[in-house]
Amino acid sequence: MAKYTLNINGKKQEVEVSAETPILWVLRNHLKLVGTKYGCGIAQCGSCTVHLNGVATRSCMLPVSAVGNQEITTIEGLSEHGDHPVQKAWLEVDVAQCGYCQSGQIMTATALLNNNPSPTDEEIEGAMNGNICRCGTYTRIKKAIKLASES
Amino acid sequence: MAGGGLVLGFNWLASCKLTAEEEKQLPKEWSKINGYLKIAHNGQVTIMSPNPEGGQNVKTSMPMIIADELGVDWKDVIVEQAPLDTDAFNFQFIGGSQAIRRGWPGLRMAGATARHMLKMAAAEAWQVPIDEIETSNGTLSHEASRNTAGYGEMALAAAKLEVPKEVLLKDNKDFKIVGTSQKNVDGKKIVTGQPLFGVDTQREGMLIAMIVHPPAFGLKLKSIDDNEARKMPGIKDIFPIKVFNEGYEKAFFDTRTFNEVAVIVGNSTWEVINAKKVLKIECEPIESSTDTRDRFGRKWEEHTPSGLENSTDHAAEMEAMIKKGGTVKRKDGDPEGALKKAAKIIEASYTAPFLAHNCMEPMNFFADVTEEKAELIGPLQKPELTEQTLSARLGMPVENIDVKMTRLGGGYGRRSYAHWMVEAAIISQRMKAPVQLLYTREDDMTDGIYRPAYHAKFRAGLDENNKLIAFHVNAGGVPQSPLHENRFPAGVVDNYLAEDWTIDSNITVGSFRAPSSNFMASAEQSFLDEVAEAAGKDPIEFRLELLDRAMKNPVGENNDYDAARYAGVLKLVRDKCDWNSVSENTHRGVSAYFCHNSYAAQVLDLTIENGKPVVQKVTSAIDCGIVINPDAATNLVEGGIVDGIGNAMHGGLTFTNGVPDNNNFDSYRMIRMNEAPKEIEVHFVDNGIDPTGLGEPSFPPIFAALANALYKATGQRHYHQPFISGKA
Repeated sequence: MAKYTLNINGKKQEVEVSAETPILWVLRNHLKLVGTKYGCGIAQCGSCTVHLNGVATRSCMLPVSAVGNQEITTIEGLSEHGDHPVQKAWLEVDVAQCGYCQSGQIMTATALLNNNPSPTDEEIEGAMNGNICRCGTYTRIKKAIKLASES
Repeated sequence: MAGGGLVLGFNWLASCKLTAEEEKQLPKEWSKINGYLKIAHNGQVTIMSPNPEGGQNVKTSMPMIIADELGVDWKDVIVEQAPLDTDAFNFQFIGGSQAIRRGWPGLRMAGATARHMLKMAAAEAWQVPIDEIETSNGTLSHEASRNTAGYGEMALAAAKLEVPKEVLLKDNKDFKIVGTSQKNVDGKKIVTGQPLFGVDTQREGMLIAMIVHPPAFGLKLKSIDDNEARKMPGIKDIFPIKVFNEGYEKAFFDTRTFNEVAVIVGNSTWEVINAKKVLKIECEPIESSTDTRDRFGRKWEEHTPSGLENSTDHAAEMEAMIKKGGTVKRKDGDPEGALKKAAKIIEASYTAPFLAHNCMEPMNFFADVTEEKAELIGPLQKPELTEQTLSARLGMPVENIDVKMTRLGGGYGRRSYAHWMVEAAIISQRMKAPVQLLYTREDDMTDGIYRPAYHAKFRAGLDENNKLIAFHVNAGGVPQSPLHENRFPAGVVDNYLAEDWTIDSNITVGSFRAPSSNFMASAEQSFLDEVAEAAGKDPIEFRLELLDRAMKNPVGENNDYDAARYAGVLKLVRDKCDWNSVSENTHRGVSAYFCHNSYAAQVLDLTIENGKPVVQKVTSAIDCGIVINPDAATNLVEGGIVDGIGNAMHGGLTFTNGVPDNNNFDSYRMIRMNEAPKEIEVHFVDNGIDPTGLGEPSFPPIFAALANALYKATGQRHYHQPFISGKA
């Protein structure tokens, strides 16, 4: 066990965990930030996506010891009032079915649009292919990303 | 009462009646009119959504039905998830696409009764005849006396009135909310990551538990070596649990693969995961057994063979059963005689593997069990039934068990078998602490209750005029049969034979989105495409001709589909996709199916890009009666289509010596965005019929629409699922 000071959603957070503990479980168990979801534990489904210095990162395989003072943004910290253009687009298109994967989808989509404000369909597919939606909302996710990119 | 509505006089629910105690406790601000709704003094309405929400959007659409009959503005409504309360609510389950269909009359009555009671209160207050009171958007008015009042002003008085035995329901034409697209009531919480799901449950002092189950079907737990695991940091205890006690007669949804599993309990998830890696268990072969199971009062014998099973053996055994033949379930005319006389015989066999549900939220449950009571929080589809199971297991009356339903991170049938709720409760009871039980993805996939593996063989005979004169279906599975002997094309062929068989297995199976239909549609609708081609007919016209026969001169009396509605979706999809004009490089497949009380037809357009099929567009026509929330319904249909294409292309779980060959998403391929259709169009038949199911019906037909389009593109028929994964 060791103490780590993490920079999460603009706040310093101290946790005492073992070095290899994935950020996913630090967020969910220790910091009670449960918007970031466990789906597979092997970076294959994207449910646990957070931003690490703005880059979409699978938190289930990101050990706490590897983070240092890099900035972590979770779905809870994406916007203060849930009004990020991507969140608004998600609501406008009413993307979700069960909704479980959607925080990861939104985090991946946001990172994409930060780097590429007007992605093509192929670029959207390339960026989003790591995120599984078991309910099959892919066409709506794509539509919401395009809507957000226009705003 | 304005407008002529339907009078429903049945005793619809107990929830209307307030007890004397409840009446005393009525808050000044909120008046509970019945179990489904309460109205605040300012007119704000809270509506309880009775059923669990698993992505079908019932948490929005069920309250919409109540709000419409109540006569309030949807923006004034707050929706809350109701707890399990069998006194207040009926049918608090999701499954079989039944939530809306079964909920419809009761939900309407809940709203209409409340509206009537508000009018009764106003009539009393204003001393005017009730029939002269009008309601609109949460307001009561009486024109002659110029009285008006908001619902909130009359709510307290209304709540104290005796519940009327009969009320009028609205005419369909007067619906103001039903039939309009309303956003998901949990949308904001979903996009901001608020706690909604079972796994998000938090409680002071809550421990984390995981299971370790035998690695292979056909094995059982013998002993646990926890020397190393116990020393791992954060571990509180390790012990075996028995999910069901010896001699317990399992009910229909009590399926549990491994009755005994090892449990690790610790302080945090990661610590438990680490201990799980080093825990050793010893297993031994199961013995063959026969259990009596109970399906809502109907008993059946479930035979579980010993042994370690292999998918390759299953394939060979199913092939042998096809040759041997099964139990005749329906015979019309003289099928063998007609086949002998046929000018052409078309014959084909279809297979499909086991499928894992792979809900994105792995199986989990929260439990806090003391000697006196049990509190359970989590995602499940059949809370009432699981509560009964738990009551039997704990020896605790259901009154002392409190089940709260969270949003489900997917269900698709898997969460009907909520053995993990029982497991969580047993663990909490032993630990004397609140516990969250979480399955890892690997546990979720390898300790599953799967879609069975299937095989079906069809034969069709055409006469010299290409008329279908004989049809034979021979179908079965491991360990369940997929056959529906009275479904189309039963009823349209003079000489018809349907037979089936099963092969016992110790691999546990259960409901998976549109059980059995999900295979039969894929096989039968692919086969009909082949028959139409042999007959030299357009595949849609061929089906319509058959359905025409079913309407005019059906064979037999026991045909369980409405041929006119079936034909209706085919015609609608034909017109909407412009069936007869398809661009040169586009390949088209059609499929239609009836299941779970609704009709679905689909046309799938694909192109071949760099040698790979790309689904460009799916056009879908659905007849599910009245559509409550069109955009949400469209979303659900889109999901069924994407899910079906994914499973058709890649889905499949195979076994080697009882061990599932796939245990996570690196080896179990799920459809991803680049393989989803570029465009999906959904059209609903507008016929004013009471609503039927929608969670399942869009899923089964798409498999064959894909297979038929692939045939057009490549000249190859696809008989064995998955069509793409695992193929050279």
